[in-house]
Amino acid sequence: MSSYSGLSGECVMMKGDKGDMIEAYYAKPSGKGPFPGVVLIHHAPGWDEWVLEATRKLAQHGFATIAPHLYHREGTGAPEDIAAKARADGGVPDPQVVEDIAGAMAYLRAQPEANGKVGLIGFCSGGRHVYLAAARLSNVDAVVDCWGGNKFFDNKNDPTKRPVPPIELTDKITAPVLGIYGNDDKNPSPEHVNKTEEILKKAGKTYEFHRYDGAGHGFFNVPKSAYRPEQAEDAWKKIFAFYKKYLAK
Amino acid sequence: MCTYITEKTKIVGSAKGPNEWMRIDTANVYFDHPFHAPLDHTLNIDFVSDAEGGTQRVAVELSAESARALIRKIEAALASGEEAYAA
Repeated sequence: MSSYSGLSGECVMMKGDKGDMIEAYYAKPSGKGPFPGVVLIHHAPGWDEWVLEATRKLAQHGFATIAPHLYHREGTGAPEDIAAKARADGGVPDPQVVEDIAGAMAYLRAQPEANGKVGLIGFCSGGRHVYLAAARLSNVDAVVDCWGGNKFFDNKNDPTKRPVPPIELTDKITAPVLGIYGNDDKNPSPEHVNKTEEILKKAGKTYEFHRYDGAGHGFFNVPKSAYRPEQAEDAWKKIFAFYKKYLAK
Repeated sequence: MCTYITEKTKIVGSAKGPNEWMRIDTANVYFDHPFHAPLDHTLNIDFVSDAEGGTQRVAVELSAESARALIRKIEAALASGEEAYAA
């Protein structure tokens, strides 16, 4: 037996909001399974190379993982150019993102290697998206928020695209929540993180938060100056342990 | 956290990408995480043609300091150039 198990990764088409077919990257461990599933939601800069690497990392650790391209409808071209267009348009609407996540969860559960359990993970704006989806969708088994900001006030900027601040929906979350944050981050700031924890606690939710000194926003992103190797390694271990606890069957 | 705060301005002109020139009609200006520059935050300008769908762009990512220096140089070049051609 080799030290590492194999995996496969490929671009697929999946059904998203309103039945739209959108592209996604699907990576799964080798073998018949059954494997727990994870939906990975990319950061605001888009469906980039690091997002695909993170998808494969989860597959390497035993999770069949799908990363939908939330900006697919914005047009064709290099993902960073499509992300720039989406950004200039004010981002994608929350209701559309939630239904794209629902579609990705359905895709995972329909695979022959699925064990039926599905977790969510999101980075940056994706952290905000999965917190929102965990409140809006009933069949989420675990959710990981990596430095998702703008949970409290984003609706004031664009009530059409972001009608409700996710924090106001906290009471509807049924899945356990894992939060990963850098103490040098400005959004979410340590005050935002403390407030989020306070609201989860008051609502009686199952959660665990991990805060890292010496780390700011996006500290997993290897090619970027924000990368913090020691903190990132510890946080990834926390994520794998959390999913093994809640996505096993 | 990445923001969606963008300053947009209509412009008249052209821009050249790696392969060819393109007409541009809009500049999207924002301060956020860069895609390529090795910095946490940069002043980013995307020159696009909204009339053509806005998916093709000529983009720059500048440090805050160099963006402010560029603003001063643009103002200086406009002042001296317009003065020269007015003579």
